[in-house]
Amino acid sequence: MSGAGRDLPGWLDAGLLPAVNVLLALLAGGLVVLLIGENPLHALAVLLRGAFGDLTALGYTLYYTTNFILTGLAVAVAFHAGLFNIGGEGQAYIGGLGIGLLLLALDRYLPAILLLPLGLVAAAAFGAAFAFVPAWLQAWRGSHVVITTIMFNFIASALMVYLMVNVLIAPGALNTESRGILPSGHLPQLHTIAAAFGFEMPATPLNLSLLWALTCCMLVYLYVWRSRWGFALRVVGHAPRAAVYAGIRPQRVTIAAMCISGALAGSVGFNEIAGVHHRLLLDFVAGYGFTGIAVALMGRNNPIGILLAALLFGTLYQGGAELAFEIPAFTREMVTVLQGFVILFSGALAYMNRPWIVRLHARLSPAREVG
Amino acid sequence: MEEMLTIGLSALAATLRVATPLVFCAMAGLVSERAGVIDIGLEGKMLAAAFTSASVAAVSGSALIALLAAMAMATLLGLLHGFACITHRGDQVVSGVAINIIAAGLTAVLGIHWFGRGGQTPDLPVEARFMPVFPVSATDAGAALPLRFLAEVLGGHNLLVYLAFLLVPLVWWLIGSSRFGLRLRAVGENPEVVDTAGISVEWLRYRAVMICGALCGMAGTYLAIAQNAAFTPNMTAGQGFIALAAMIFGKWRAFPALAACLLFGFLDAVAIRLQGVEIAGIGQVPVQLIQALPYILTVILLAGFIGRAVAPKAIGQPYLKER
Repeated sequence: MSGAGRDLPGWLDAGLLPAVNVLLALLAGGLVVLLIGENPLHALAVLLRGAFGDLTALGYTLYYTTNFILTGLAVAVAFHAGLFNIGGEGQAYIGGLGIGLLLLALDRYLPAILLLPLGLVAAAAFGAAFAFVPAWLQAWRGSHVVITTIMFNFIASALMVYLMVNVLIAPGALNTESRGILPSGHLPQLHTIAAAFGFEMPATPLNLSLLWALTCCMLVYLYVWRSRWGFALRVVGHAPRAAVYAGIRPQRVTIAAMCISGALAGSVGFNEIAGVHHRLLLDFVAGYGFTGIAVALMGRNNPIGILLAALLFGTLYQGGAELAFEIPAFTREMVTVLQGFVILFSGALAYMNRPWIVRLHARLSPAREVG
Repeated sequence: MEEMLTIGLSALAATLRVATPLVFCAMAGLVSERAGVIDIGLEGKMLAAAFTSASVAAVSGSALIALLAAMAMATLLGLLHGFACITHRGDQVVSGVAINIIAAGLTAVLGIHWFGRGGQTPDLPVEARFMPVFPVSATDAGAALPLRFLAEVLGGHNLLVYLAFLLVPLVWWLIGSSRFGLRLRAVGENPEVVDTAGISVEWLRYRAVMICGALCGMAGTYLAIAQNAAFTPNMTAGQGFIALAAMIFGKWRAFPALAACLLFGFLDAVAIRLQGVEIAGIGQVPVQLIQALPYILTVILLAGFIGRAVAPKAIGQPYLKER
């Protein structure tokens, strides 16, 4: 995978190169802004104000960030095992179905303190189960996980439409939505917690699932870099044949990696269903799964990097909505364009800039070359 | 009986209409993947082409110019894919994802900027579209079946439908029997051998992604200005992925891929007609199940439960020339 040329010091390879790639993506986005006749700097100012200008804006930004941390981590865990999980979208959808079903079934009987952890387990388990099938097929039948997860995204979508329209729709409802979940199944939102302590805060969808997402960052770090299982994961990802000689069974690692990935993506349902919508509905995933690919690539599959990239995309989502509201020429799809550029420059063209950085580095530090 | 026959014939005609963009895209993917370049960006290229053709047709009023512009646009995206995957040896799947997302975003942003109306392009007059080549008047119910089949199923389509089906034997010949095709397959199976023979691996793969782009351009044009009279955001709605599935279902071969496209097209045509219909002994078949069948079938095929789908050997691997 690594590009041609000599070795670079770590800070250039892990710091400068990704920064240059993201900058190129932002420049390309700026060109599109120019193309539709707007001033990119003005747009940036509106965007930043829309994302951080007040507590409401900040709440929304962090709410989006929560989803992107989870889907970004999902893609990253699979990446470390050499697998490309494009199915985050479907796994998040089915994870939401899992928690939704559980909450709808038990919200009359259990208190929140029991119900919400069970809901999180259901979201993760459904997401993992939905990733298990492509994982098993990849491990034991040799079908490529990229293709099967793409297919599974469509299968998830068809399944949800069927269930919502025929089974879960509330009697007499005008929209295809389930009945509302009772308050025992509501994940506390930040403004209600603040109100309990006597602070006045504007209502935003930001809720406790952000803490879960941050915990996941920590857990993924411990799993991938500090555990034997994580070591096996990285060996399988980097050198599958060496893994076999080392007594690691790649099939098991593949299945474990994909299931963890699916569980992470599935817990988007924790945020969306228990935290925000409080009912099951269609299309609540809204592309968060695909954005996870850009987040993971930009964050270089590293929890800290993913946190930063998720915050950037949270900013873009919330700021972009504000931008579309304030400047009529803008639409929310501008964010989609930028997301595509990030995937292009930080992912597909990740090594395009390496040769000149290597040359520049060699020219600027001739002393070390000799020594 | 008479009613069943009419429904059956109209379903078959609809099958051809629905299968056309799938055939273009499946052949596009086939050429690219046989050369060893994975293309999950069929969807994005088709979408960009659909937008280009509808916009150019709206401005120029010429369907032919629109077709050429759309093919050029999709070819450019193919070149971008090549630049990332062939020249810079980037990940082919990642590049495909990028192209899909960029196309989905840019077509919406530019559409709204240029035309307003929520990203939809202006409705096109008949002269700026591809219209039926042999306008067929409805045959009367009493006519003989072969005649009705000819008129109601095979007749009444536009030029691009016929082009799509002519393309299949052409691709079959190109891949299977031409000198270019032999080299293309070699580059997809064992690029070192091609390189040793003194033929440029990169140039062969670039030609493959360009052909792939041009064919996706025809698919997008068909969607926007033949089947419909305007571009609407995200109008491809996953058909690029169904075409990808069809190509895999056809095991990377032209005629089996055509058969898969027709099967998937038929499922789609039937799904709409079965909505809410009771079938004796089964009851109502959920439309969503029929719509998901192409994906389910492809997964089952890939799992090796219906024969074996073997991808070209060097697929997905960037070629690094040894020093």
